Amino acid sequence: MTDTVTDPALEVAPGEPILEIRNLSISFFTRTREIPAVMDFSATVRAGEALGLVGESGCGKSTVALGVMQDLGVNGRITGGSIKFRGEELTTMSPARLREIRGRDIAMIYQEPMASLNPALKIDRQLMEVPMIHEGISAEEARARALEVVRDVRLPDPERILDSYPHQLSGGQQQRIVIAMALMSKPALLILDEPTTALDVTVEAAVIDLVRELGEKYGTSMLFISHNLGLVLETCDRICVMYSGEAVERGRIGEVFDEMRHPYTQALFRAIPLPGADKATRPLIAIPGNFPLPDERPPGCNFGPRCDYFQEGRCDAQPIPMVEVPGDGHEARCIRTEEIDWDAPPEVSDHRESTEIGEVVLKVDGLQKYYQVSRPGLLGGGEAQVVKANETLSFEAHESETLAIVGESGCGKSTLAKVLMGLETATAGGVELDGRAVGDVPIEKRDTRTVADVQMVFQNPFDTLNPSMTVGRQIIRALEIFGVGDSPRDRKRRMLELLDLVKLPREFATRMPRQLSGGQKQRVGIARAFAGGARIVVADEPVSALDVSVQAAVTDLLMEIQREQKTTLLFISHDLSIVRYLADRVMVMYLGHVVEIGTAREVFSPPYHPYTEALLSAVPIADTHVEKKHIVLEGDVPSAMNPPSGCPFQTRCRWKSRVPGDLCEREVPPMVEFAPGHKVKCHLSQEEFASMEPVITLAEN
Amino acid sequence: MEPLSWTGPWGAWLNPLLGLSVAGLVAASLLALVLSLVSAPVRRQSLPDGTLAARAGLHGLADLAGRAFLWLTALVLALYLLLPLLLPYGALGILGEMSQRFLPVWIALGLTFGLSIAFKRRLGLYGKLFDSTIGMAGFALVMFWVFIALFAGLFDLIATHDPLTALSGMKNKVPGTPLAMAGDGVYPHYLLGGDNLARDVFSRMVHGSWIVVQIAPLATIFAFLVGITLGLPAGFYAGRLDTVLSFLANLILAFPVILLFYLLVTPEMVQTGVPAYMAMVLFLFPIAFFGVLLNARLAPRPMLRLVVLAMLLLFGGWLYLSMVSQDGTPVDFWPDALDLFDVPGGILVVFVSVVFVNAPTVFRIVRGLTMDIKTRDYVAAAQTRGESPWYIMLWEILPNARGPLIVDFCLRIGYTTILLGTLGFFGLGLPPDSPDWGSTINLGRRLLSIYPHAAMVPALALLSLVLGLNLLADGLREESLKD
Amino acid sequence: MIRFLLSRLLTLLVTAFALTFIVFFLTNLEPSLEKIAKSEIGTRVSDAEVESWLDRNGYGEPMLVRYGEWLGVVPGWTHTVDGEVVAGRCELPGGTVETSAFCGILQGDWGWSTVFRRDVAEIIGRSLALTGKLMFWVMMVMVPGALILGVLAGMREGSKLDRSLSTVSILTTATPEYVSGVVFIAVFASTAVGLRWFNGSATSAMEDATFENFTLPVLTIALYGMGYIARMTRASMTEVMTAQYIRTARLKGVSFPKIVLRHALRNALIAPFTVIMLQFPWLLNGVVIVETLFNYKGFGWTLVQAAGNNDIELLLGVSVVSVVVVLLTQLISDIGYVYLNPRIRVS
Repeated sequence: MTDTVTDPALEVAPGEPILEIRNLSISFFTRTREIPAVMDFSATVRAGEALGLVGESGCGKSTVALGVMQDLGVNGRITGGSIKFRGEELTTMSPARLREIRGRDIAMIYQEPMASLNPALKIDRQLMEVPMIHEGISAEEARARALEVVRDVRLPDPERILDSYPHQLSGGQQQRIVIAMALMSKPALLILDEPTTALDVTVEAAVIDLVRELGEKYGTSMLFISHNLGLVLETCDRICVMYSGEAVERGRIGEVFDEMRHPYTQALFRAIPLPGADKATRPLIAIPGNFPLPDERPPGCNFGPRCDYFQEGRCDAQPIPMVEVPGDGHEARCIRTEEIDWDAPPEVSDHRESTEIGEVVLKVDGLQKYYQVSRPGLLGGGEAQVVKANETLSFEAHESETLAIVGESGCGKSTLAKVLMGLETATAGGVELDGRAVGDVPIEKRDTRTVADVQMVFQNPFDTLNPSMTVGRQIIRALEIFGVGDSPRDRKRRMLELLDLVKLPREFATRMPRQLSGGQKQRVGIARAFAGGARIVVADEPVSALDVSVQAAVTDLLMEIQREQKTTLLFISHDLSIVRYLADRVMVMYLGHVVEIGTAREVFSPPYHPYTEALLSAVPIADTHVEKKHIVLEGDVPSAMNPPSGCPFQTRCRWKSRVPGDLCEREVPPMVEFAPGHKVKCHLSQEEFASMEPVITLAEN
Repeated sequence: MEPLSWTGPWGAWLNPLLGLSVAGLVAASLLALVLSLVSAPVRRQSLPDGTLAARAGLHGLADLAGRAFLWLTALVLALYLLLPLLLPYGALGILGEMSQRFLPVWIALGLTFGLSIAFKRRLGLYGKLFDSTIGMAGFALVMFWVFIALFAGLFDLIATHDPLTALSGMKNKVPGTPLAMAGDGVYPHYLLGGDNLARDVFSRMVHGSWIVVQIAPLATIFAFLVGITLGLPAGFYAGRLDTVLSFLANLILAFPVILLFYLLVTPEMVQTGVPAYMAMVLFLFPIAFFGVLLNARLAPRPMLRLVVLAMLLLFGGWLYLSMVSQDGTPVDFWPDALDLFDVPGGILVVFVSVVFVNAPTVFRIVRGLTMDIKTRDYVAAAQTRGESPWYIMLWEILPNARGPLIVDFCLRIGYTTILLGTLGFFGLGLPPDSPDWGSTINLGRRLLSIYPHAAMVPALALLSLVLGLNLLADGLREESLKD
Repeated sequence: MIRFLLSRLLTLLVTAFALTFIVFFLTNLEPSLEKIAKSEIGTRVSDAEVESWLDRNGYGEPMLVRYGEWLGVVPGWTHTVDGEVVAGRCELPGGTVETSAFCGILQGDWGWSTVFRRDVAEIIGRSLALTGKLMFWVMMVMVPGALILGVLAGMREGSKLDRSLSTVSILTTATPEYVSGVVFIAVFASTAVGLRWFNGSATSAMEDATFENFTLPVLTIALYGMGYIARMTRASMTEVMTAQYIRTARLKGVSFPKIVLRHALRNALIAPFTVIMLQFPWLLNGVVIVETLFNYKGFGWTLVQAAGNNDIELLLGVSVVSVVVVLLTQLISDIGYVYLNPRIRVS
């Protein structure tokens, strides 16, 4: 491969700073006022090193990245500080020089790969453009380079890929192309802004693996932006934690993870489910309060109002500077680092008892759901195709039990929810609710009791409430429909009680949804689901769209109400950490099949179904003591429209060679029972199962 | 009486002033435009008070000059409006006297704007309109004509003469001509001249606005009710219903509007009663719409629902029957004693065909919005509560589609105004001596190259109203996107 | 692709069929027929005479049968007196009448215009050619003008250039043809203003179109459509310019002109293309107004004459042609959309 044409004087020796951000301040301007997005931010990326930038949404981490790229849009502006790239000041650079650097020396990758690629241009043109602009090489040379890079990002059949349009590739392939595009001119610095948020867990793991490997191969420095502490731990050398526009703590990754010296970092770690957390003995601790809006920041420490160690008159008296703490370049924005006992165990206010699991409430037996899909639109109703969304699902759920349904996109969990809700009817098989068959009763035909008994909490908080109706009105409507209360006054009283139940102030009844934060909206959604005294609540990724600090609070609330009302909770999620934390039993789904079901402890320890094993390995864990076995799945989840023959997982299974013959390709495996209730759908022999090792081991400390 | 010139004696020093300020404004704007083309946007400076500073250098100068000239122009224009109140008759010529005739309109406009700006934070989307210059300009233009129409149509103010009466000796007279035979209590001039039938062009323009303001919004509302009532289920259920309704909508849309008008809006057509039958169907939609709307909302409270629906059917039905049953058409069954009003056949057929032409487009917009919104989680939440489909369509989907619909509503009133003008232009539907703008343009265009004023006046009036509606829609769109 | 075309063609045929029937129904209502009869045999005649005239001329049969005759799938009517055929639909040039022959539009027989005393097909053919000339120049002015206006405005949203150009396009959409035509004639062609740059009539342009006699009609039609297309293009362009992939291109180091030309333009032109094609029913409006205003004896003028003089066969012919033109442009728009948009093309 040809060398990039860079000025030798600009080459930076390993370990020297390649990007230096000093006291950077960025603001956005509206017609009437200035909204500071980043304040007094400093960070350094050294050559060959990866810096992780972590924080919740709205903390300004993406703004920092765009500031480095000098692409803040019409309203954004750098109001102070400097950004030096290889000693050159970026903030005052001429547009022409900036164009030279962009793409050649600094490249950026961000969320939503589909949106990052031009839908009207073929892949090869988009890739070839980069070296052709920056190095002036010929089209043939550029194409050869593109081919090489596409091979480097491990895409199958590079020639075909180069010749296709973006929409013809899967999400994971698109993200690999975006990475390839960033690497076309071998940049010195790569900025990755939440590069895997839109991807499935197993695909994410493969992409992260690739990024890490290519970073080493090309010697690229990285600025890795993420909200996921686990991902940062897996990819970065140093970390910088941001809160509300400021860096609050930075240092080597191990030091920050194990010896954090800022209350926010500490609270963050206590709010995320790590191995060892348990809903009964070591519950998560939610961070109280809400993230401050950019124009409502408190005086002094931004985290002050939510901090356990807050001292009036000190923490809110003056702006808080970065303070050095022991360690390698370890700093924290807290004036009490010396006073706080960082190793004190968190106070757990109430020791909760785990509830008794009751009778069977829901019984699903051989449930099957096929869709007839005719290719829409242009072909004028071509041949109908069958999507096999659910294949012979059988399971039971008990009163007061939390059953987690785990799987990636396309595994059929949403279809299962729809059948339970009555929005779809089953193709075959039965669903029984308290002994009544409801599987083929559509919602219009269900009686009020059944409808009120099965309710749902939705994933996207910004979509779950009708934006043009007050919060109170929406809850009252649910009460009216479920026949709760005798008079409008009675229902209003009930509505206010429900607000109390989900710990929202009663004034919220008259608010419009847009005046609520994401977590608050999700609480209203929960109140609405429980309005009719539901027996079963299906929670479809209820916290995945929320910020880490809010997730814990909402999860807690859900479990508390469940405990009080003895509800059965079907918790749909792809996040195994939270599932491990709250589920009594776990059901793993893949392409419409249940591949493993059992208690949480059974599923999370060997013997595993090969898919469960890969899934466990893929989930990033923000704990330095955890050792994980490295399993990377090749390729993407096959389409449910055209599933593989035999075992649904055989195309990606690493154990397939251990099964004699082509059994995996011919036959769908039977459910093998290991312990009462623990079943695995796999052809592997007992000996092979016995040889499996745990994926996650906790190092002794 | 002397003939009036355009700006009278005082114009001699006001006109140069206006010319100067407008020339300055144009020059400054052009300069700013050229500057923004040749050089990349300058990086902006923030001031300590948090606002974005003016651009430095030549840019800033051009901006500043532009703003100064804008204010100067506004000031001079205000003088044109206010001076006539203090000066004797004719001192500011035709413009001055017109401004004086519009006095009630200026007062009403001032009050509307004063009150709206004072309370704009509490007025929702309407209030936000006053944050946008374009929106305000559009709103001002629209309200200008609405107030003229109201004052002229309801209180008989503003107009100087009767729009239908010809005065001898005034045929094709240029603007500002004094009456040939002035009498007591008769306005002494034809401010904007006389048409080829010797009628006052100014008064015809003023009364023409009343016809537009009566028909256009009402026809648009009906088109929306029809489009919404059919578009919601088409988008929500999709499938066969959608295929059939979309086919019908496309069928109507494939007709060139003019052809449809030539086929529908004819005296023969009125004789056959086709428009009357179409009216019977179209006017059913509002009752159906509101009936279903309330029924869905009140379904969990049966007693209240019964009362409300009974009231709706009683009054709505009465209005409907009065509206539909017309003397002299095939549809005449309702006793005259109970008939609240009669709509002239010509107006009815115009109204029906305008609704007919607009409804399919509204249908398509609503259908598209419904298909988009029905995938939202709150719709799924309503479904899992077991809500009826109509409740979901009318209370969960429709309110959240209101932004684009309001914008389109404004645009569509403008389009309807254009359609009404087209009808008038071809002499369809409305009586030939009707003062509506389209008919007046049609009459005036025959002598256009010799006496342009008779056609120009209504043409510019129509242009300004439609422009106002378009600007208003643009402002609303911009402000509703800011949420 | 073939299937797609076939299904579109099928819909087109069904639509055309339905529309021609509607037009036939609306033009052949009883009062119109009475009017025709009266114009042929005099206004002061008894109802019975009208009745018998209608019978003699083939208007007495049921609507559906006559529609079939007009289409050419039912044999043409004949009127017999004493067993001898004296009149019929299918009259040969010599005056003899063919019995049980088909002579509808499927056979190429479009009927006879009562106003122009000529074959409908001939009139339509000639007027279409004239209108075609007009439309060609309208398209030449409107499409490039609108696209340039829209792309320039949408390139940098909110800039001075954007605001100025957007105001221009709002102004033109607010100016229907009968307003802009009147204003143009008054300003550029009247003795009152005295500029007299152009002709206020385009009659002479039918033989020989020149800059003087053709500018105003072309401009009048083009302006109204131009604003609309320009606004569409601007909206589409601003949307594309904020898209993630434009940022990708910018951060790759692509220069602004190249971003606009290579990355944005094609994506931004998909929406306006369909709009241009769907403009045809509107343009036809403009054609009718402008041809009437400027006295240009094209298709629109013919429509007005036919409708105004109750010339049923001519009106039918004109309607059918205009409806078919509209449907064909819709078809072209669909096909073009598929070709412009790779996302749809491949799947």
